[in-house]
Amino acid sequence: MASITLDHIAHAYPGPPGAAKHYALKPIDHVWRQGRAYALLGPSGCGKTTLLNIISGLVIPSEGRLLFDNRDVTSLSTEKRNIAQVFQFPVIYDTMTVAENLAFPLKNRRMERASIEQRVGEIADLLDLRPVLGRRARGLTADAKQKISLGRGLVRADVSAVLFDEPLTVIDPALKWELRSKLKAVHQALDMLMIYVTHDQVEALTFADEVVVMKDGAVLQIGTPADLFERPEHSFVGYFIGSPGMNFLPASVSGSRAIVNETAFDLGLDYETPALGRRVELGFRPDYARVLATGGVPVTVLRVEDLGRRRLARVAFGSHEAVATLPPDVDIGPGDAAGLHVPPEHLHVFVDELRVLGTAERLRA
Amino acid sequence: MMDKPWSNRAWFFVIPVLVVVLFSSLLPMMTVVNYSVQDTMGQNHFFWNGAAWFQNLLDPTSDMGGRFASALVRNLIFSFVVLVIEVPLGIAVAICIPRHGWKVGATLVLIALPLLIPWTVVGTIWEIFARQDIGLLGAALNGIGIHYNDTEDPTSAWATIVIMDVWHWTGMVALLSYAGLKAIPDAFYQAARIDGASRWSVFRNIELPKLQKVLVIAVLLRFMESFMIYTEPSVVTGGGPGEATSFLSLDLVKIALGQVDLGNAAAMSIVYYLITLTICWIFFTIMTQLDQRKGL
Repeated sequence: MASITLDHIAHAYPGPPGAAKHYALKPIDHVWRQGRAYALLGPSGCGKTTLLNIISGLVIPSEGRLLFDNRDVTSLSTEKRNIAQVFQFPVIYDTMTVAENLAFPLKNRRMERASIEQRVGEIADLLDLRPVLGRRARGLTADAKQKISLGRGLVRADVSAVLFDEPLTVIDPALKWELRSKLKAVHQALDMLMIYVTHDQVEALTFADEVVVMKDGAVLQIGTPADLFERPEHSFVGYFIGSPGMNFLPASVSGSRAIVNETAFDLGLDYETPALGRRVELGFRPDYARVLATGGVPVTVLRVEDLGRRRLARVAFGSHEAVATLPPDVDIGPGDAAGLHVPPEHLHVFVDELRVLGTAERLRA
Repeated sequence: MMDKPWSNRAWFFVIPVLVVVLFSSLLPMMTVVNYSVQDTMGQNHFFWNGAAWFQNLLDPTSDMGGRFASALVRNLIFSFVVLVIEVPLGIAVAICIPRHGWKVGATLVLIALPLLIPWTVVGTIWEIFARQDIGLLGAALNGIGIHYNDTEDPTSAWATIVIMDVWHWTGMVALLSYAGLKAIPDAFYQAARIDGASRWSVFRNIELPKLQKVLVIAVLLRFMESFMIYTEPSVVTGGGPGEATSFLSLDLVKIALGQVDLGNAAAMSIVYYLITLTICWIFFTIMTQLDQRKGL
């Protein structure tokens, strides 16, 4: 039971001498609080597994300090850190039964037999492993094996944190749902600090209280799922979160107007005019943009995708394209002229990939 | 009903294989079977002898039977000793082989070197190595006061042959085990560290179970080869001193080529072959059964 502090943690894998340092993980400061569920979200190779391995001690960071509560554990070995980790592929001990597998971390720590049995029973109930406790682990299905791995991660009651490294990769989509809600329930039941690495935004957003979005070894934004969706701080967050991602259109901004291709969008707020030579983009979510027959910004409909639950229209104005929601009662097809409506509060201005606030917002903040 | 065309002409495709197998294995073996049931008085004149050679061979009280039985016991002891040393040693060596960097290639080549040496050369190397006058091993041992003479003392002869075989073949067990170890994903080791497992526990619960399949192959190969050993002892000790290192294959060659006792030699070949086959089959069955039972 602890909070974990990353004090300017960074990591560069050793490269050829003399070469410029290539950071797998750029300097990061963050406090993971006891009892909360976090997700590390980002594309492959963004450094999220490196960060996880630094916390568990499988990788020693080249810079910075790692604190569990107030204890410096930066160079402590994995065994001494009191961390549990669940890996991408199920790791089970072939020759042991399911119960022995679950008991293994406790047995290695010389816990009493009665308490081991009790704890294994609790975890087995939590993960529905009770019926297979006496069976050899080797013959079970992939998802049962991964449940054992999860169980071994959760079985120690005194761990500082449980880390998950894309634990649902090998699980069938139908079972993914079940295991994910199971994990969520386990988190609520056990009140542990959990950190979950994934490249799947649905997993991240449903599991975590707070999501850390990473790219190229850098943390772009840390926030609740709603924060990431409504107020992405970085254009990559806007693009990566949401399906489909945010629309980005090159624009010029002056006052409360953004000009895209000689078409004006009303921003609702005054913005400082960005310096010359910087890349200015207007961003908005397809979920909040609607295509109607009339009014708004004039566009041409290119395609309509019917996703069953909702319809999306890909529209063009000038040389630019965007995706917007096509409300159910609107009858527009490819080739038709239409109007794009985006409420001003859902229009965001990004300068060199970072979101900027309107002058009034900035004063409030 | 499926209306698939049925044609026996498909069998023509099998004929080339049958012909090759016939000339490469069946016919040569049948000539041995042929000799094993006949006797001759010379001049290429053969007559039917029934199972008499076999009865003689399998009766330990007879001259030939006694010889066969003691050679068989020597073979079994040799294979057992060699397996007991080479398999654990090979695994231990494999665990010590580096996993990354230039050292991997260097180590693997060094380990594979004895495997690349022709068997007669291995025998010659050890024959010279063991000599008391000029051999490094023999001269050194005697120099520090240990009585060692592989041409007179059966213990020395056995030790030489066993150590030579260990030197020659442990590398193969090590290479097979190394391949098996390399196939274990890193996550298993990481999980074991997080679970607080000791080094022994990692070996016992992760490495050994994952090595089981390659070890079946290693044990089978090492058994077959050690049970049929001929070249090296024939060069180093020639089966001596006395009969001390006279294994089945050495004895067989003596009977067949030395004494031109074709009937006895043929019967012995067949029994020898069947014993090898049976033991391999037992090994294989036990080890694969073990594998499946654990799956339950």
